[in-house]
Amino acid sequence: MTESGNAPRRAYSDPGGGRVLVYDRIGANKRETWFLMIAFVVLIGGLLSIAFFALGFTSAEMPGALTITGIILILYAFLSYRFSTQAVLSISGAHEVTKQEEWEFVRRVENLCIGAGLPMPRTWVLEDSAPNAFATGITPEKSHVVVTRGLLDKLEPAELEGVLAHELSHIGNYDIRVMTVVTVLVGVVALISDLAMRFTIYGAGSRRGSREKGGGYGQLIMIVIVVIGAILAPIVAQTIRFAVSRRREYLADASGALLSRNPEALARALEKIAGDHEPLEAANKATAHLYISNPLKEHQSMLNNLFNTHPPIEERIRLLRSM
Amino acid sequence: MLTQALGRLFAVSEAYPDLKANQNFLELQRELTDTEDKIAYARQFYNTNVGNYNEKRLVFPNVLIAGMFGFTEEEFYRTDEASREDVSVSFA
Repeated sequence: MTESGNAPRRAYSDPGGGRVLVYDRIGANKRETWFLMIAFVVLIGGLLSIAFFALGFTSAEMPGALTITGIILILYAFLSYRFSTQAVLSISGAHEVTKQEEWEFVRRVENLCIGAGLPMPRTWVLEDSAPNAFATGITPEKSHVVVTRGLLDKLEPAELEGVLAHELSHIGNYDIRVMTVVTVLVGVVALISDLAMRFTIYGAGSRRGSREKGGGYGQLIMIVIVVIGAILAPIVAQTIRFAVSRRREYLADASGALLSRNPEALARALEKIAGDHEPLEAANKATAHLYISNPLKEHQSMLNNLFNTHPPIEERIRLLRSM
Repeated sequence: MLTQALGRLFAVSEAYPDLKANQNFLELQRELTDTEDKIAYARQFYNTNVGNYNEKRLVFPNVLIAGMFGFTEEEFYRTDEASREDVSVSFA
């Protein structure tokens, strides 16, 4: 039962320091989405223009090439904003369920939405025995909550409610928008930098002979810049993805506990999810950061820690228990 | 009101043991639990907003405007102990 008579609090304490208001989070997340999309266009556009230069494009050809590249990149950023939700859902392989089919799951989402003042998201189940969950979408009006069959089977009702409250917090403060767009943008950065590197290394050799003979050193430096850029870009993109999701998990834990009025249930749910060593087959590196707990179950090491999509689960449980 | 009506219904149901196992009746119980939870969450939502409003009202410079235009402090929705108790459903 929920303790509805308690005096409510609006501010959540952020482990990073300071108090964070939920309204500030929404604004910050909307800005961050824009920033990420613009940064994507600028960085990849910059990398490609150096690659064109290294390929020996003349100054007459450059404006045309850059315009086409720019249009394609902006179009891609727009399409990823528009269609990333469908992409994420179809990659995950979940199917939509009604209240009749999954009474406990859907009714708890309904209840929490009443408590949070959110519109009802669409509800999906992923047929996998590993317990996990995620939320996706661009706005709360068009959002989706996905849970695995394992989560519904292995968790007590109160624990399930804790997990769903965590996911609804991601929806309420627009975390889903940033995280969903990041999924699609980061995925393509690796692809484009790989392409840029290949074209530059193989293309530069063949085109150089037919063009002006000079500019050997200048071109060589450009090739080196492209290669370094192409190696660094995916690493930077990955690091952004990890940073983006890690900080948000603490906040969603805190606001989820505030919504369900039961931090202990969420802590127990996290314990169960962490203690379950079945890997989630449907998850891959591109979607791992969306889930409530890292579905990849990589063994912990210094490097893994740096590139982890989630904060250590022990730390999250400790913080929940201290509430 | 709802609580009292249901209380009477369940009192009647105790006289009929068959009813206890009836599918429709189990569904009613389930819906009842759900309704209770939904009421609790609606109360929580209302109180959260009252809390936010009261907090905002006291912050400078809002406090000046609030005083001028008569935005008074709102009260939390509180229920008396009796109506917060679970509806007792006994079929023994």
